[in-house]
Amino acid sequence: MPEIMIRAEKLRKKYGQIAALDGISLEVERGTIFGLLGPNGAGKTTAVKILTTLVRPDEGKVEVAGTDVVGDPVRARRLIGYVPQELTVDPYLTVREHLRYYADLYHLSPALKDSTIREVVALVALAGYEDRRVRHLSGGTKKKLDLACGLLHRPPVIILDEPSLGLDVQVRRDVWSYILRLKEQRTTVFLCTNYMDEAERLCDVVSIIDHGRIAVTGAPASLRSQLKGDVISLRIASSEDAQGGNLKTLEKSLSGLAIVQGTVRDGTELKIYVDSNEIALPQILQSTASLSIPIRSITYSRPGLDEVFLHYTGHPFAEEREKDG
Amino acid sequence: MAEFAQETRAQLVRWLLHLKREPFNMAFNLVNPVILLIFMGGAFQGLAQDSLGGDYRTYLLPGILALTVFGNSMAGGIPLLFDRENGVLLRLMSAPISRASILVGRFLAVNINTMLQCLIILGLGFVFGIRIATGLGGVLALLLIGLLLGFGVTVISLILAFILENHGDFFAVLGISALPASFLSSAFVPLDSLPMWMRVIAWVNPMTYTIDAMRSLVLSGWNGPLLIEMAIALLVFDTAMFWFGGRVLRRHLA
Repeated sequence: MPEIMIRAEKLRKKYGQIAALDGISLEVERGTIFGLLGPNGAGKTTAVKILTTLVRPDEGKVEVAGTDVVGDPVRARRLIGYVPQELTVDPYLTVREHLRYYADLYHLSPALKDSTIREVVALVALAGYEDRRVRHLSGGTKKKLDLACGLLHRPPVIILDEPSLGLDVQVRRDVWSYILRLKEQRTTVFLCTNYMDEAERLCDVVSIIDHGRIAVTGAPASLRSQLKGDVISLRIASSEDAQGGNLKTLEKSLSGLAIVQGTVRDGTELKIYVDSNEIALPQILQSTASLSIPIRSITYSRPGLDEVFLHYTGHPFAEEREKDG
Repeated sequence: MAEFAQETRAQLVRWLLHLKREPFNMAFNLVNPVILLIFMGGAFQGLAQDSLGGDYRTYLLPGILALTVFGNSMAGGIPLLFDRENGVLLRLMSAPISRASILVGRFLAVNINTMLQCLIILGLGFVFGIRIATGLGGVLALLLIGLLLGFGVTVISLILAFILENHGDFFAVLGISALPASFLSSAFVPLDSLPMWMRVIAWVNPMTYTIDAMRSLVLSGWNGPLLIEMAIALLVFDTAMFWFGGRVLRRHLA
């Protein structure tokens, strides 16, 4: 019987007229990485705020490691480590002073403090930076410190809000490897993300959230494999053509084909969802030729989480991201 | 209780490290008091000689001390407002700490800072030849009176840090509070030389009691009745602020 470390039942939260969470339920097993994947404004941050005791839900139940988060927030706070989306490090302190500050806020005993700090520093590769002022650290190193501050009390549950937002590629990979190491240590990780690749790479289970509701839950690979058909990505020669309406014309003509299930336009790229690329490709090429639209590239792939999102929410992920900022 | 002490000490240490690494901030609050002491003291020296019958800088010192206390205490909540603005406060609130440790830690740091600034003003005064009539005991008493005023004003500032929208509003409040608080008291001139309406406001201004008691210690000696009057006025002020602050802040830090 797997041990459930986070359990939410029918959570609802309204801000004025807007339902930030509209009845979400989820379960996270011990030692797994759970991802709440959705565009900005989908309700991820509200979910995190409820889990971290910062906001009370209007309705519903939440438990972390068997503790009722609403009923006993003080106990729940000891069980979670929370790393918010924005950097919360204090520029005037050194790395060590910072870690000691958080060690005291989590009531580490003086005997344990220094050894725990050493362990955490090793985990996020901050060795050698201990006496540097936070002000002089790079953005990535600051993020590592921020992460380290959430791990000091060795919580069984770690909650990460957009852990790799704004990080460069290398730091992003580093952060991912720390998160995977936490999983090896049987820590339960709950993370919010709006990056498909992050969810794909890290999460054992993903819930796709949209407009405060969970659209679908499952392992990323099985979510993808449940979708039939292929995705064809077609790129046309220049953006001026796109503005000239070439892509629009093409989209319109392709939508008429029986084999095409749907299309999504993004800049100079057109994504075409088809039953089978073998049959669809020749037909698509024929259309472009007859409209004399020059193609730069055409590729096809199995559906990714992008397509999973589209399939279950009925609208593309990218469009939402642009709208919300 | 041990946990509360550990949390509060951690908060205090954080702010003292700020103070150590950011001494310019202290200088910032001292600019106006120092200018007043050196230049206003010098400029009105001759004029005041006839009416006050003494050294104007010495006369001015208590008002400047009170202004230093007021300015620093009133600005004391700003770092908490910054914490609120950039997400640090929410992170602290997700930790298993008593919310009061956030307030108490900041409160202690502000008042330690205030004491250091008062010592700087007193030292500068000494350089300009100001001597305290009641000697070293008087210096200690001046600092204690400063604290009594500072406590209540710090609480006002902590309240502002949680009820104002952003730091822009806070700086606006700061900018318009210091001068009236000083002019509507006995900081620069004796109370009975003020017009009646100003005198009425000065009577309810805790700055007035602070300055009158400080002035007697600086100019003449230990004046029991005046000190008792000051102690009552400032304790009433502090108690009212703590009571009001407790009510407001409990709601904002729930």
